[in-house]
Amino acid sequence: MMNGRLDAIDRAIINGLQGSFPLSDEPYREAAEQLGIDEKTLLEHLEQLLNNGVLNRFGPMFNAEALGGAVTLAAMVVPTERFDEVAQTVNAHREVAHNYAREHDLNMWFVIASDARSDIARVIAAIEAETGLEVFDFPKEREFFIGFRVEA
Amino acid sequence: MSASIDEIDRAIIAATQSGLPLTTWPYDVVGRKVGLSGPEVRRRLQRMLEAGIIRRIGAVPNHYALGLKFNGMTVWDVADEQAAELGAQVGALSIVSHCYLRPRHLPVWPYNLFAMVHGKSRQEMDEKVTGIAALLGGAARGHAVLGSTRVLKKTGLRIAA
Repeated sequence: MMNGRLDAIDRAIINGLQGSFPLSDEPYREAAEQLGIDEKTLLEHLEQLLNNGVLNRFGPMFNAEALGGAVTLAAMVVPTERFDEVAQTVNAHREVAHNYAREHDLNMWFVIASDARSDIARVIAAIEAETGLEVFDFPKEREFFIGFRVEA
Repeated sequence: MSASIDEIDRAIIAATQSGLPLTTWPYDVVGRKVGLSGPEVRRRLQRMLEAGIIRRIGAVPNHYALGLKFNGMTVWDVADEQAAELGAQVGALSIVSHCYLRPRHLPVWPYNLFAMVHGKSRQEMDEKVTGIAALLGGAARGHAVLGSTRVLKKTGLRIAA
């Protein structure tokens, strides 16, 4: 398991640097000091964590909706024998960012993201026309403050 | 929370959305790409952070690589008039990565509160669900846990900038 290859410094970086990276002249040096290491060590570990896929990214996490984009969660009841075919049809839409098979009558759940809300309605209508299945739209009505940090 | 960003902000977003340069003066490097000084890049990032356009700046871990191989979408049917208060409590739990209110689709779907949980094992995930159930108590009129059986597509959300 990849987790086993992490050393104490990797864990300190993952646990301590999921936010609040300084907006200062030499931010890596400042962040390294807070972790009790030097800048070179921090940069080397970050590079390795990015290369081996433990980190997806290091930098700002943008809020697509605050930028004027639109996102919704959608779901369908897909007959088992049509599952792969319908998944292909759904995934072929560029605006479908994630798609998961889940355990429920509503067994296919996907995120549609685009620059405009009107695109979302268009994609939903297209998927319904292409598959002959109803798409249930679950737009976010409210989001709650998330303090979640993954622990390594 | 509507966006008030200009073309220069968009250029900064395009230059940083796949990550900050791993170098001593990362904001100066970004600045050179978009024709700004390092301090101006920092000032604009600070403003976007305060406006909620940037959620946070730092490491974005891969849950799966860290051993969190099980994710469950837990969904709860709570009374509309209590939903905001209960959602805030559930969202504040350290075990919940995303928490939203979404519409019901009766009769197929009675649930309005969605909370994503992650675990290194099915058992760990189930324990987290028990934690949410304990918090909600009688306020939850019903719930379901939808484990993910297969990832069918996963591409990063890219912002057109």
